[in-house]
Amino acid sequence: MASTDIPSTDMNAAGLRSDERLERLKLFGLSSPALILVMIILVLPVGWLFYVSFIGADGNFSLENYERMVARKSYMRIFRTTFLVSIMTTGLCILIGYPLAYFLSQLPKKWANIALITVLLPFWTSLLVRTYAWLVLLQKKGLVNEWAMSLGLWDEPIKMVHNMTGNLIGMVHIMLPFLILPLYGAMTAINRDFMKAASNLGASPRRAFWTVFFPLTTPGLFAGALMVFILCLGFFVTPAVLGGGKVIMVSMKIVSNIELFVNWGAASALGVVLLVSTMVILWIASRFLNFDQMTGGGRH
Amino acid sequence: MSKDPNDALPISVRNVTKTYGAVHALNDVSLEINSGEFLTLLGPSGSGKTTLLMVLAGFTRPDRGSLKFGDKEVIRTPPHLRDVGMTFQSYALFPHMTVAGNVGYPLRLRGVSKDEIATRVEGALETVQLGGFGDRRIDQLSGGQRQRVAVARAIVFEPRILLMDEPLSALDKKLRDQMQIELRSMHEELGMTTVYVTHDQREALTMSDRIAVVNHGRIMQLATPHDLYESPANRFVADFIGESTFLDVRKFGSDVLFGDQKLAHTGKIPDTPELLLMARPERICLVDGPAPDDMNTFEARAEQVVYQGDSYLLNARLDSGEMITLRGPIRQGTVATLPVVGDRVTLGLSAKDTVIIDGREV
Repeated sequence: MASTDIPSTDMNAAGLRSDERLERLKLFGLSSPALILVMIILVLPVGWLFYVSFIGADGNFSLENYERMVARKSYMRIFRTTFLVSIMTTGLCILIGYPLAYFLSQLPKKWANIALITVLLPFWTSLLVRTYAWLVLLQKKGLVNEWAMSLGLWDEPIKMVHNMTGNLIGMVHIMLPFLILPLYGAMTAINRDFMKAASNLGASPRRAFWTVFFPLTTPGLFAGALMVFILCLGFFVTPAVLGGGKVIMVSMKIVSNIELFVNWGAASALGVVLLVSTMVILWIASRFLNFDQMTGGGRH
Repeated sequence: MSKDPNDALPISVRNVTKTYGAVHALNDVSLEINSGEFLTLLGPSGSGKTTLLMVLAGFTRPDRGSLKFGDKEVIRTPPHLRDVGMTFQSYALFPHMTVAGNVGYPLRLRGVSKDEIATRVEGALETVQLGGFGDRRIDQLSGGQRQRVAVARAIVFEPRILLMDEPLSALDKKLRDQMQIELRSMHEELGMTTVYVTHDQREALTMSDRIAVVNHGRIMQLATPHDLYESPANRFVADFIGESTFLDVRKFGSDVLFGDQKLAHTGKIPDTPELLLMARPERICLVDGPAPDDMNTFEARAEQVVYQGDSYLLNARLDSGEMITLRGPIRQGTVATLPVVGDRVTLGLSAKDTVIIDGREV
């Protein structure tokens, strides 16, 4: 009797299937403008960059732009400087940022929000302005040297700009929030009972920190450090202004290749190498890290 | 695992006070807990029961008072040196360690050798019926399993005192009932002094040797489950433990009067200005025909009858105006004889169940 109750239209199955198809089609239609936009402003230019990097000075296909990078010592030096500056900036950011993020995470919610705003405040000011502000502060007759000497901390003005020191000070200042934000997120996500439990089970505050708190913050720490490192690789303004020509990074070489030598091929090849090395780093990182967890989409 | 109850430690809490601003979280609390006892701190949220547990664990520093584990004063001992086991409401299992990593954590801190850790971890997991679960990740466990791991981690280093902060509150009712019995039999087996915090009176009655009812930062009554239920110290305790209907009564010479009705009773009458008759719903019965001499009877009218499967509730209004609740058993055939709304009923309460209590809240 039950079988005869089912109507010949197999309970709307065909209609429901076509509704499903239509809905998918609509969703695709709605997202296609964004897809086209990404095509035009991202995929095409990057493709063109790759193409130009393989064009030699005579206008034909050639590997000379890449050969030059391997052959010339100055290029290797630039890559070494770029990675060194990025590693040092990341390291300094971790040294300064971790304790700061920890301090923020332990504050009562109300104070934490205020403190977080002060950390983010530099984001509201132009990068260029902040960089030149450091120039003013750190130069030979700048505020820092004047004050330090009047307080008797040192006698001769110390050279703090137009060298690696100035460059690092400026870059760390600009990169710090990128490290602190994911780290702060990871720290506040830690159940406060964890530290109590560790303590109850016999861990001294130091042991509890290294065995429970720190391991739980590593995803946030890696996420922040990776972001800082990758941003550093392509950084231009701060090393250009505060490095004073002594710290030459890949991005600056790209600019000089175009502005000075009008060699688009060489500039493109540098861009490609930078892009590829960034992607390789991300790929390696993704094999060790859970990107879901970093972006806050992790399980809880 | 220690089975000798002599291994357990008594706990002595004396005059412990903790204030937050003007609020007394703990108001001069004194409490003696026997070694090997299962004692429950029972109270509504904000009563101070958790604060007291946190003082025992060392996470809350009281303003003053003394706390002894055995003969040793520990009020100023930091938590990691107190050597007490504890389970948390949130379980607080470390998500970056496996089950075995969590349970072995206190042993690693104590420098126990690797082989012994493995043996003791497996032993503790077997105690909580999770043998073989050592390699699982915490997020692969169900709520009940997490609870068991938390217990295993708290007992694996054989503490002589075990503190439990609402350990079952996140579990569904069936599992909670089962875990209550399991935790209780585990306590029989291990014998450590256990302080258990809950706001669930039935859980407290099921598990405890003694219950301390806490309210407004003070212990209202400390008694066995039986004494607490049968002779509560005041209205708050009577209200918090079980269900009850309260009727205003007064003392007249040696008699207790409800309105003009002299009540038969057997217990003591508290010497306080306000008195209440506490009538437990399941102790009231429907009287059909003549009542025995030692039974107080009340005329009433049925206002609501609720069928609850295993029993029924009858809300009736006494002729004097008060509402009274009766709970009766349901068996095959009794449903047809239940009163219906509007019926006149005679409610009976035997002298033994006529409990007169201090009518004040505190």
